[in-house]
Amino acid sequence: MQVTALDIPAQIRTYITHNLLFGDESLIYSDEDSFLERGIVDSLGVIELVTFLEAQFGISVADHELIPENFDSVKNLAEYVARKLEAATLAEAPRSSFDLGETYAGP
Amino acid sequence: MLVHDFLTNSAARLPDKVALVCDGHRMTYRDLDLMTNRLAHALVEHGVGRGDRVAIFMPNSVEAVVGIFAALKAGGVFVVINHTTKQDKLTAILNNCRASALIADAQIRDVHLSALLHDVPSLRVGVLCNQGAAARITHPRFIDFDAVQAQYDAAPLPRVTIDLDLACLIYTSGSTGEPKGVMSDHSNVVFASESIITYLQNVEDDVVINMLPLSFDYGLYQVLMTFRFGGRLVLERSFAYPAAILRRIEEERVTGFPGVPTIYALLLQMDLSRYNLSSIRYLTNTAAALPPSHVLEIRRTFPWARLYSMYGLTETKRTLYLPPEEVERRPASVGIAIPGTEVWIEDEHGNRLGPGEVGELVVRGRHVMRGYWEAPEATAQRFRPGPLPGERVCYTGDLFRMDDDGFLYFIGRKDDIIKSRGEKVAPKEVENVIYELPGVVAVAVVGVPDPILGQAIKAFVVAKNADLTEMQILAHCRSRLEDFMVPRYVEFRDELPVNTSGKIARRELMQALNTHCST
Repeated sequence: MQVTALDIPAQIRTYITHNLLFGDESLIYSDEDSFLERGIVDSLGVIELVTFLEAQFGISVADHELIPENFDSVKNLAEYVARKLEAATLAEAPRSSFDLGETYAGP
Repeated sequence: MLVHDFLTNSAARLPDKVALVCDGHRMTYRDLDLMTNRLAHALVEHGVGRGDRVAIFMPNSVEAVVGIFAALKAGGVFVVINHTTKQDKLTAILNNCRASALIADAQIRDVHLSALLHDVPSLRVGVLCNQGAAARITHPRFIDFDAVQAQYDAAPLPRVTIDLDLACLIYTSGSTGEPKGVMSDHSNVVFASESIITYLQNVEDDVVINMLPLSFDYGLYQVLMTFRFGGRLVLERSFAYPAAILRRIEEERVTGFPGVPTIYALLLQMDLSRYNLSSIRYLTNTAAALPPSHVLEIRRTFPWARLYSMYGLTETKRTLYLPPEEVERRPASVGIAIPGTEVWIEDEHGNRLGPGEVGELVVRGRHVMRGYWEAPEATAQRFRPGPLPGERVCYTGDLFRMDDDGFLYFIGRKDDIIKSRGEKVAPKEVENVIYELPGVVAVAVVGVPDPILGQAIKAFVVAKNADLTEMQILAHCRSRLEDFMVPRYVEFRDELPVNTSGKIARRELMQALNTHCST
């Protein structure tokens, strides 16, 4: 998929508006605002974001990358995605094990 | 002993020990003791007196911890309210307990703190934390947390309470959908925390991490107990970033890890090999039962640590715990009564039942709380006379079975309450919010089994307005309800089954779902 760095923040915002805020556009937040502090995502919203990033940008998110420095604002997330995409063009990134659907073996 | 003695005693004994690690701060017992004194003086000066309610509306933070102990030192009763609560419910809770003071984070989304001064007539003072320099709220009844710390005296306050006075109200969902405040007096908290510390064998060297909200008794007691035994608390806002939590465990050499099934479900899917988690001495689970397969998997993942499966309800704080040495033999059990208390199982006629029989769990001990705040009917139903005059025992509303050795197994609830992410959700509360939308004819909210959440919330909706979409319903719920109450699924139906009295047959809907899931 062809993605330019400029598109990434817009795509992240579109996803958040539709899937985490359920279409509520009244919330104004900057690219630097913390998702957690502003109540934009809750603890499970982060897991949903991972699924979105993997599908949308074709990257794989490793467990140890689930930290606020990578995820907790539009800016952090966009920079993280850009880094991952750059790395992916250099080498094939390892497959994530944080895929809820595949690895869960519950009742 | 009073609850705030937990802090003052440890401050006297271990003044320079780091008690709280939070948000990049490392606060010693002395720091916290002095900060709470300053805030308590400010509260008293603004009219907070013995028995007055002080609400704390903040995410996990240093200020929230200081607020709890300052409220007690001022002679008041603290009430921690989930920080994702929206305006209407926040107003309702503050009015229900007639809060005199509110300690709030000025950054909280969707909440207009200024409006509360008008809508909550009992409020004398608001203490605002985290105010940006730009958007400072100026009002004579609002004071600033940092300004209080700069200006007020740090001298200890006179003791005005005794241990029969209330220490806190903890709001919990009831089947009617109206939140009820569980009243704990000081002696209840002192007893319950001692009992739990006893079986966890906590020592001063313990470092406990807490990512559960302080509005939830399980999260709150991590603070109270750690300060009581003079340990160190690592306070995190949530488990949203699991890798950040794992890193913190490593950095701080955490020994105690309190979790709920959702946290363990996420943890067990992660690659933990890059973290050194060898400092963990014990893990605890409560709020909902762990699936036995997860119990065994946690044991395999942390073979060096002890795992405590527990059960409780806010009305008695903690009720049962499974001694760790039993966990592999009885992975489905939540154990026995906590030290110093007793439990039994009763049928509907009040007869005590033996092994193998299913009935309601009844709890006796000093951890049985004082009832629901200004709700005598609900109190009379849950808290009934005990064997001795003047005594109360707690009827849990939960169905249990006992094995031949006296270990207890949770079977289910007598009411319709949903447990999602370990939090109680009253279907009625969610239904009432969905009914606010134009064109909604009927709603039934049920819990459906979910591997991560325990139960996921599903809403069945009958609408005469064909334009109503799932997104609209979810957006509305999100604007009105706490995060954990927002449905995961919405299904439109032409009609809903009703029972003979004309009520929506929730059980029938659930049975249909369960049959569907198991096939």
